[in-house]
Amino acid sequence: MREVAIIGAGVTKFGELWDASFRDLGIEAGLKAMYDANLTGSEVDGMYIGNMSSGRFISQHHVGALIADYTGMASRNLPAVRVEAAGASGGVAFREAVMAVASGMHDVVIVGGAEKMTDVTDDASNSVMDSANDQQWEATIGATFASLNAMIARRCMHEGIATREEIASMSVNDHAHGALNPDAQFRKAISLDTVLRSGMVADPLTMFDCAPISDGAAAVVLCPMDIAKRYTDRPVRVLASAQASDSLALFQRKEITSFSATVAAANKAYSMAKITPSEIAVAEVHDHFTIEGILALQDLGFFAKGEAGKAVMGGQATIGGKIAVNTSGGLKARGHPVGATGVAQIVEITKQLRGDADKRQVANARYGLAHSVGGTGSTVVVNIMEAV
Amino acid sequence: MSVARHWRETPGRYNLVGTRCGSCGKVYFPRRSLCPECRRASLGKMESYKLKDEGTVFTYSVIHEAPIENSILKPYAVAMVMTGDGVLITAQLVDVDIDKIHIGMPVRAVLRKIGEDGREGIVNYGYKFTPKS
Repeated sequence: MREVAIIGAGVTKFGELWDASFRDLGIEAGLKAMYDANLTGSEVDGMYIGNMSSGRFISQHHVGALIADYTGMASRNLPAVRVEAAGASGGVAFREAVMAVASGMHDVVIVGGAEKMTDVTDDASNSVMDSANDQQWEATIGATFASLNAMIARRCMHEGIATREEIASMSVNDHAHGALNPDAQFRKAISLDTVLRSGMVADPLTMFDCAPISDGAAAVVLCPMDIAKRYTDRPVRVLASAQASDSLALFQRKEITSFSATVAAANKAYSMAKITPSEIAVAEVHDHFTIEGILALQDLGFFAKGEAGKAVMGGQATIGGKIAVNTSGGLKARGHPVGATGVAQIVEITKQLRGDADKRQVANARYGLAHSVGGTGSTVVVNIMEAV
Repeated sequence: MSVARHWRETPGRYNLVGTRCGSCGKVYFPRRSLCPECRRASLGKMESYKLKDEGTVFTYSVIHEAPIENSILKPYAVAMVMTGDGVLITAQLVDVDIDKIHIGMPVRAVLRKIGEDGREGIVNYGYKFTPKS
């Protein structure tokens, strides 16, 4: 297999972007990534797009062809593949592209992720999100996405894995970093009290424990490491890309206070990268709900079970802490346009490893990790990158 | 949900009928045609199995932000119930004081209305759980 490099990265602003369509967002992110990689476009020979549900959000399927068309790639008859794995769509699309380049099947590949969620009502949008879980045996009986995570949180509190305050502190951590990211949906630091006193969504989780509904897109460009210097002086090496699955329904798990798919993907990724969790300086973890972030920090091996909540509350997950977590603002503050999220995580890690993260730069970061989750831990992708 | 989509699952929804693997004995709900543990060895050996209709609350949440079709229920409780067969199942908790729900609380299954497909669609029924008196 060939070594793979990230040679370009771009992201749109995330938020309720009334004036931007799905195709506007996809084009903006793609062009930014191509400019960043100093490409004219004619070098690109493959395209992958992470997208969860354009079919229900904008009644448009076949968005591989759509984005290829509107980025000028269809006239070159470029193959374009749309990838869906709920919240992990972007992470899986990235991994598919890494494999395409590593295998030698493609040379210069663009990976996009995009979601346009605000063209439907909040209720319709939430219903799409609920379909990431078991539609027939969870959503239909009235269990919302938030309530499934609330049940995980309740169980963690019961077992002494994290307190309510420690869980809420994940949101405080995200917002503190989001305040430093000009592309984030929410750029305002908040207090623990804000999380605890905001409107109840699914007890014990409040509105500030939940990622928002967002529009946005992100893109990166990959090529073999041995030709990366043709395009950029600062490529980032993809050291590992691993994916794992678990049961679709949360109630079918052996345990719910850990995502075994995260543990499996992380173990595989660390083994591919030949590094240990303690060597990771900066990580983007999938925290659609605060409790997911706490579990991720444990399942990825950054903190022992029962310690992640204390660590986050104690400031160890901030820039300058033991490990900088969600410097982009995470899903809560940067926003969560579902298909874009996994790719936006790669964009953030790329910026950090190149030293381009401005006010939120982590000093001397060598290794960065991105963790992408679909459903309640049913699909997990872990990617590890290294500064070159 | 279409009539057929609901009808196909009525044994599970009405009577908590899942499957038991004839090879390893493990019980699954909802029904499966293949045992994830035994895989090929389970083919043709998956048997219908009716879950015990009593269990305890493993974890729960009270939902305040709900889909439009459930807005009349707000706030309502959902739980993961550990049945007497050692199988977890997610369901609504009804006829319960939501302030008194706790982990370990004994509950039993009841047949209730789950929802309806608009004014002209069918009414769907299925299991919910209620405190065991």
